[in-house]
Amino acid sequence: MASAPDNAPMHLHATHPGQVPDYIARPIMRVENVDVYYGDFRAVTEVNLEFGLHEITALIGPSGCGKSTLLRSLNRMNDLIDGARVDGEILFHGENIYSKGVDPIEVRRRIGMVFQKPNPFPKSIYDNIAYGPRVTGMKVESMDDLVEESLTRAALWDEVKDKLKQSAIGLSGGQQQRLCIARAISVRPDVILMDEPCASLDPIATMRIEDLMQELREQYTIVIVTHNMQQAARVADRTAFFTAQVSEGTGARTGVLVEYGTTTQIFEDPNDQRTEDYISGRFG
Amino acid sequence: MRTLQDSLAGAPTMPLKTGKAHGERRAGPLIFLIVLWLSLAVAVIFLLTLIVNLLLEGGSRFGMPLFTEYPSSSPDRAGARPAILGSIWVIATTALLTIPLGVAAALHLEEFADKKHWFNRIIELNVQNLAAVPSIVYGLLALAFLALIGVRDKNIVIGGALALSLLILPVIIIATREAIRAVPSEIRDGSLALGATKWQTTWRQVLPASVPGIATGSILALSRALGEAAPLLLLGALVFVSFDPNGLLSGFTTLPIQIFNWTGRPQEGFHELAAAASILLLGLLLLMNGLAIFIRNRYQKRW
Repeated sequence: MASAPDNAPMHLHATHPGQVPDYIARPIMRVENVDVYYGDFRAVTEVNLEFGLHEITALIGPSGCGKSTLLRSLNRMNDLIDGARVDGEILFHGENIYSKGVDPIEVRRRIGMVFQKPNPFPKSIYDNIAYGPRVTGMKVESMDDLVEESLTRAALWDEVKDKLKQSAIGLSGGQQQRLCIARAISVRPDVILMDEPCASLDPIATMRIEDLMQELREQYTIVIVTHNMQQAARVADRTAFFTAQVSEGTGARTGVLVEYGTTTQIFEDPNDQRTEDYISGRFG
Repeated sequence: MRTLQDSLAGAPTMPLKTGKAHGERRAGPLIFLIVLWLSLAVAVIFLLTLIVNLLLEGGSRFGMPLFTEYPSSSPDRAGARPAILGSIWVIATTALLTIPLGVAAALHLEEFADKKHWFNRIIELNVQNLAAVPSIVYGLLALAFLALIGVRDKNIVIGGALALSLLILPVIIIATREAIRAVPSEIRDGSLALGATKWQTTWRQVLPASVPGIATGSILALSRALGEAAPLLLLGALVFVSFDPNGLLSGFTTLPIQIFNWTGRPQEGFHELAAAASILLLGLLLLMNGLAIFIRNRYQKRW
């Protein structure tokens, strides 16, 4: 683990989102000159980003700005889509996850993902959690302990500890999403990618997930795509604002990164007019 | 100027009771409805006539002797024991041959094959077409195949199973593909995002989730095979079998063929036997279809 430079104020976990220094002392992932293509269509272009260890980074922007596309390329979930291709480098602990010889399976285990719609497996709650460690061949001393630990970290243990053998499909939407978070952390990833995790949840369930994210930040690095600017302002340490650029000739929409900074800076003192317009609700 | 309130207050109220129970204003739709009912009635009446006729004719012969006795030249002593056992042997063998093969083929086509590749598209088109090929053609194919590998006596359990397998394999492949396609892609994504391989995802998530659909499709396909006579006739199953089939190479006859055989005899007693065997066959088919429907309803929509 790289240590922070001497002149940097020693801070591991900001007490409030947004209260982080301007620079990223300990980056865990770095996105360098990334273009994402679907066939000939360029969905995202020229993205340069860094994600700090134990920080929450929000990717915001209007629909079609490529933020979900970028997120899916951070753990090679885009590989599953025909014709999807990534140019540039995405470095994880300094290693390009798209270089030859890198196993996408291992990438996905180290960089977990939570989806927009809760997608528990049609199995018991217990088996939902145990599935990841089993398929990845994790050496587990006690699966029961691992299940309990994962569910506890996802703030779900107390609600489900008496019905671990029941189907996960019977849980409420918010519980299902926390189960999916528990499932994601069961394989001990470093980074958790969240693709609009609260999009299908009610405000109370959303609040619980947001609280949970603050707790998870102690141990994991989180990158979240959200449509909800207030959510980004509430949870994220840093925010990247994307927008869609419409090409003159073809009318094709390509996502570009407009501005990246601490959440405080993006929301209170944006440098780019487009960011300001979006933040203040003038478009998007 | 009239306000909205005035307009509402002043508007003459139409009575809600128009005296027409279904709100139809003209005779046309009513006539159409009656035609629909008649069409349905024709179908149901034919089915009922068939069943009642069978019950009247064969009811008296539907009893233990039908299950325990061997065919005989005397209708009073004849039974369908070898045919029943033959049907069980052939259908069980068919199931063992087709279900693993059909499910594997469907899994490959749905989960692994590149659907845009011309080769896979041709295969897909072919599977669809094969499902519509007349059953007797499969009988010919099985016959030719058995002749090719030098089998002299073609009326054997494995031969019949082979013909029926060819017949229902496309049906099972199509049903399995439907079941696999019904598994939401979110389940696959969720599994892959945890670091599961494609193979693990298919084997541990997709396949278990599609088992009810596969079971339903397979049972329906097997019930079609159970009622099939034409391809087996070609193999020479229309014979006098007076022994229990006891292996894959054993000679056999099946229920539909036994019925065909008895119906062709001049004696009235054989016709009654044919009706009794038909009741049995019909009951079996209803049972299998009922089971398929039960499985479908029981395990429907788990997400």
